[in-house]
Parts: sequence; structure tokens; C-alpha cells
Amino acid sequence: MSDVTIPPSDSLAVLEKQRSTAETFGIPLAVLLEITHRCPLQCPYCSNPVELDRSAKELTTGEWKKVLSELAEIGVLQVHFSGGEPTARKDLVELVKHASDAGLYTNLITSAVLLTREKLGDLADAGLCHVQISFQGIEEGLADRVAGYKGGHRKKLEVAKWTRELDLPLTVNAVMHRQNLHQLPDIVQMALDLDADRLEVANVQYYGWALKNRAALMPTVAQLDECTRIVEEARERLKGRLTIDYVVPDYYALRPKKCMGGWGRQFFNISPAGKVLPCHAAESITGLDFESVRSNHSIAWIWQNSEAFNRYRGTGWMKEPCKSCEFREIDFGGCRCQAFALTGDAANTDPACALSPLHETIFKQAEREAEGETNRFLYRNFAGGTLESENDA
Amino acid sequence: MAGPRNISVSEASRPVLPRHAKLKYDETRKVWVILAPERVLAPDDIAVEVLQLCNGERNVGDVADQLAAKYAAPREAILADVIAMLQDLADKGFLTEIREKTS
Repeated sequence: MSDVTIPPSDSLAVLEKQRSTAETFGIPLAVLLEITHRCPLQCPYCSNPVELDRSAKELTTGEWKKVLSELAEIGVLQVHFSGGEPTARKDLVELVKHASDAGLYTNLITSAVLLTREKLGDLADAGLCHVQISFQGIEEGLADRVAGYKGGHRKKLEVAKWTRELDLPLTVNAVMHRQNLHQLPDIVQMALDLDADRLEVANVQYYGWALKNRAALMPTVAQLDECTRIVEEARERLKGRLTIDYVVPDYYALRPKKCMGGWGRQFFNISPAGKVLPCHAAESITGLDFESVRSNHSIAWIWQNSEAFNRYRGTGWMKEPCKSCEFREIDFGGCRCQAFALTGDAANTDPACALSPLHETIFKQAEREAEGETNRFLYRNFAGGTLESENDA
Repeated sequence: MAGPRNISVSEASRPVLPRHAKLKYDETRKVWVILAPERVLAPDDIAVEVLQLCNGERNVGDVADQLAAKYAAPREAILADVIAMLQDLADKGFLTEIREKTS
């Protein structure tokens, strides 16, 4: 049996045929739906763009229902209701019901702090298949500080318990960085105590909000090595009991990650305002025009034919050193958003790659930041961010 | 609650897919799939047949009997294959089993 993994909240896999997907761009198996950017939490590494969509721009209930029906029709199998905080939308139960009725497998990716026992029960009755709850740490002091939300950690523990009482599978999503990596062994234990099926140990990826907070978040090389050791040990010990997915930060790697499985190959997401995007950070690349589900085009057309999806598809767009690189179809030059953020041109090699002329500089800078004393966060919000008070950091 | 963890599949087990693992025919790609949290598994034809027989009433031995009769194949070999396949699924967390109530 082949196991096509859909890694945490980004790259979603296509069910690969024998001949692979090198020349075909089949409809992805799973699609991420960021139904709102509103969120009571203010995590400094939020994967949403720095320019957040205001609620007035959000798709209506009717528009999202039409999107869900269309996704099921073109062969998408799973949808992830995400955000922002998806439970901030009052119509979530209705949307989950609509998705389930259309035959879609539904995942909820939530901070959990807005959920009540009753609401979670309603979601389960509507056909929800899986709940993923994010945790910022192991105890409320640090966890609530990272989230910028008092009482959040305690509420998350409570909702995790309800999730299992309702017989829903639970994934604990733990976003890791310099200020909480020392809690990883306890986070593994917490996932076990909460009776989770899966644990995602996701090191922060440095674009958008996280890039602004890099100096406060970047781990040391030693911390990362220890993190990898802990994950490997736990995977072995907990085989059959807890599945652990592991996302490493790419700064310290020699080879870049195959971001999103390659641009426009296996993944798309839909933003609160209805833009169809090759990745949830794609709007950070200026000069690209993204089509909306509000346009006259079908989602399948946008996936196959839109300019933005085709711009960095395959290898034709590449410059050196990617162009002649033997790994060009293995990692597709890494992450376009990271290349844009760090070099100003999305068509450049991702500096996470050792072959990038900027790799050395950026690695050294990360190392310096990791050793630095800056722990203050710039919290994520609609106002462009708020700096943490010096006394709290 | 869902079934117990750390299932050890044997001839007497009565396995069944849990609520969060859905066996479904994918009309677009013309293949059977198992939908699970953040994963899509692609079972082969035999696995699909085994899982369709695993309804929580039949035990693994019954399933092997049926397949041995259908394919006129040695029961022991089939039983071993069925157990291995189900154990693999159980280890991934996508199988549960029905147990007699003890109280």
C-alpha cells in the first residue's frame, strides 16, 4: 500500500501514478481553504500574509458553498478549513455540512480558543472528520505569551479533550522555534496525554510575519540537532501509537525543500477573498496576478491555465544555478516566496540552497540572530503588527 | 471512544476501518483510496477486497476463508498476507477492532 503523505498545512500530494506527475498537473488531492484571516491569536510566525484580507472582502456563505461543490466535482478529495481562525466564521458548521454532503473529507485546522463543546458537537454531526489544534508551548506562561492571548493554552487543552470524547481524531500541531524548542519532549508527552493520533512538529518557516520575527525565533544549530534527535527517538518509541510529522527549517539545510511539492504541481489554496493561490504565502510575491473564484473562470481553468500558476511551473523559468542543476526536478529550486523575500526575484534560487550565491550570507545571519538576545515579538494583527512590550519579552 | 491503540491483528480479530478512515472510489482518478487525516492511501485491489469484507462482524479468519475459496488458493498463505496488510494499516493508525463488551 502506498502512503501519499500530505504534510502539515502546506504541500498536499497528488496521488502519483507510476509515470509520476512530471508532465501532468492533475487536480490536487487536498485543498487548503483559508476562509477568514480574522483570528483572536496574534502568533508572530503566522503563515498568513502581512497584508491580511479584511472581513468585508471575504467570500459569502453562498460563494464558499459553490467553491466546495466545484472542488468535489473536479476531483479534490479533502478540504482543510483553515484561516485565520476558521471558527471565527459563523457559517462554519453549514460549510462543513455542505462539504461532507458533496463527499469531501473535512479537516479543521484551528486554534480552538473560540470553540464551545456544543459547537464542536455540531461540527462532528455535520460530518467533520478530523480536528487539528495548534499549541504554542507546554504551559500557559510561554504558550499564551507566544499567542498573545491570555487563557488560550488552557482552552486548547479543554477542546482537545472534547475532540476525543466526540471520537474525532486529533492532531496536535506544535510550531517550534528558539523560544519553545526546549519544551519538545514535554510536547510529545502532551500529545500522548491528549490521546492525539498525530503530532506535527513544525519548525517555523521564515516568510511573512515569521520573517519579521526571525531574530526572535531562529533556533541555533544545536537546538535543531537536538530537535531532530528527539523526533527520531519518539517516532521509533511510539510507532503505531502516535504518528509524528516533522518539518525542519530550511535555513540550516544544504538542499532547499521541495516547496509545495513544486509550484503549481500538487497544491493550491483559496484565500478569504477567493484568490486561488499556488501557496498560502504567494501573494507576498509582487507582480503576480492571481485569479479569483469570483472571476468568470472555473477553478480547474485557473489551476491549469492561469498565468500565475504557469509562471514558475516545471523548470522552464529557471535561471542558473537551477537551470543546469541535476536536482532541478527534485526540489524545483526551493521556495519561490523565500527567493523573492530574500533576493527580490522569485525566479532566483532559494537561498536555502547551498548553491545559491546568497546561502552563506543568510546562513551566517541566521546563526548570528539565533545567538542574539532579541526575544521581543512583533505580534500579528490587522494593523501591521504590534511590538511586544519590553517587560513581557 | 475509538478502538484500542496498538492493535495486534490475529486470526480472531474483527477489524474495521474507524470513522476517520474512509474507503472510497475516486471517480476522477479511477482508483480506490482511503481518506485519513492529512493523508490519502492507495490500497491495491486485494487490500480493497479485504477491507470491504472487514465489516466488524467477520473476523480475520473468516475473511481468509472467503478469499481462499474465491481464489482457490492456500488458506495459510492468504491468512498471512491479510494479517500483514491489516497490521500495516493498524500501525498507521487507520484500523480499529470490535471487542466483546466485558461488562
